[in-house]
Amino acid sequence: MTKILALTGADAAAEAMRQVHPDVVAAYPITPQTGIVQTYSSFVADGLVDTEMVTVESEHSAMSAVVGAASAGARAMTATSANGLALMWEIVYIAASYRLPIVAPVVNRALSGPINIHCDHSDSMGCRDSGWIQLFSENTQETYDNIIQAVKIGENKDVMLPVMITLDGFIISHVMERVEALEDEEVSKFVGTFTAKYPLLDVDNPVTYGPLDLQDYYFEHKRQQYQAMQNSADVIKNVGKEFGALSGRYYDLLELHKMEDAEFAIIALGSTAGTAKYLVDQMRNEGKKVGMIKIRSFRPFPIEDLRLAVKKLKGLSVLDRSISFGAKGGPVFVEVESALFRTGIDIPVLNYIYGLGGRDITPTEMRISFSDLEKAVKGEKFPAVQFIGLRG
Amino acid sequence: MSNNGWKDIPEGGLILEAGNSIKYETGSWRTYKPVTDMEKCIHCLFCWMYCPDSSRIVKDGKLVDTDLFHCKGCGVCAKECPKKCIEMVLEE
Repeated sequence: MTKILALTGADAAAEAMRQVHPDVVAAYPITPQTGIVQTYSSFVADGLVDTEMVTVESEHSAMSAVVGAASAGARAMTATSANGLALMWEIVYIAASYRLPIVAPVVNRALSGPINIHCDHSDSMGCRDSGWIQLFSENTQETYDNIIQAVKIGENKDVMLPVMITLDGFIISHVMERVEALEDEEVSKFVGTFTAKYPLLDVDNPVTYGPLDLQDYYFEHKRQQYQAMQNSADVIKNVGKEFGALSGRYYDLLELHKMEDAEFAIIALGSTAGTAKYLVDQMRNEGKKVGMIKIRSFRPFPIEDLRLAVKKLKGLSVLDRSISFGAKGGPVFVEVESALFRTGIDIPVLNYIYGLGGRDITPTEMRISFSDLEKAVKGEKFPAVQFIGLRG
Repeated sequence: MSNNGWKDIPEGGLILEAGNSIKYETGSWRTYKPVTDMEKCIHCLFCWMYCPDSSRIVKDGKLVDTDLFHCKGCGVCAKECPKKCIEMVLEE
């Protein structure tokens, strides 16, 4: 039975967490993540869940507490944003290295400074090499769906990695939308029970977490993490199908919108994918053969799927909501170009940085990413990086 | 210690066997080794108490040997010995 709820992205995240019913949640409030932790705290206070809620003194402690809890064998979650994620940094890597399937919604917010509380992807992009799976949500529904799937993806025995579910700060976290929610029992059955292979609390079988790992073993452990991330691509696809069978909403590494006969396409992540779909639909009505590719899974990056999706295109534009100072372009652009390099797909790929610090992007502004492509295929040259919505 | 490949070691750097640090040779880190003049040693066991690697071997209340498989050559024993009968000798 589907329940129709009106929820903000933050409340949808908390609702998904309630239904997953983790053993431990440790978090520190930070705008715009606060709604998640606040609502979840109410669930704990009202006795709807018996989660051990640890109100720590910082995000560094929050991530440390969930690492401890997950090592002990608990299903553990946290949530954060921007500077909070930055403060977790050290332990973010440790969570992945210890192979702990922690799930953490990250409400995307610009990193300081200057201080800003609104959406961009600089926070989660910053830890793209940390070994976490990173799934981007387009709206409130996907936030809810992704958190439930994240549990099953991370805990898969061939994966055993932490999963970061992103939702755009304010744009998703604070906007109320229609959400189709599953019944509690359906979610419980879908995620199953978590049985840690080596729980620290199993005192009859003592193990050591976090020993010194020097020249003789560290390298092998990184190779294992590499493999786990490789394995996770198929697991994300399979869990997406299973979730589809349950909910009617199917998920993959990429989402393709009107790509079948598209000549030009735009790549977007998060809520901007919704704006891009709107623009594509508008331009389709004008007779333009355009499409959109949404990257749902940034880590693992869907290299093969992307090659397949773009092989018939004449041109491709990549939107980046974060900046990589000194690189050829934004993080998404660099991944996309690298995926297409030496594959015989030799088309113009343009990069647009937009929306830093929460600046809006409108469909009208976004049109330039298509009109430039039409010029680029005729030989016009464009700078490596362009900016949308920036005052000149 | 085994030298298994990446497919054959526990994930996440876990050590699944309790107390197995005894199998890890830290003696190879050493530059200087402690050489004890047993004629001067009064078996006060200060060296045994201070040794951070439990490498001074005592039997029936007497110092009898040094565990060079684990001794890192830190020299704490030589520093603390009240009779100054431990000399740190460069290993070639």
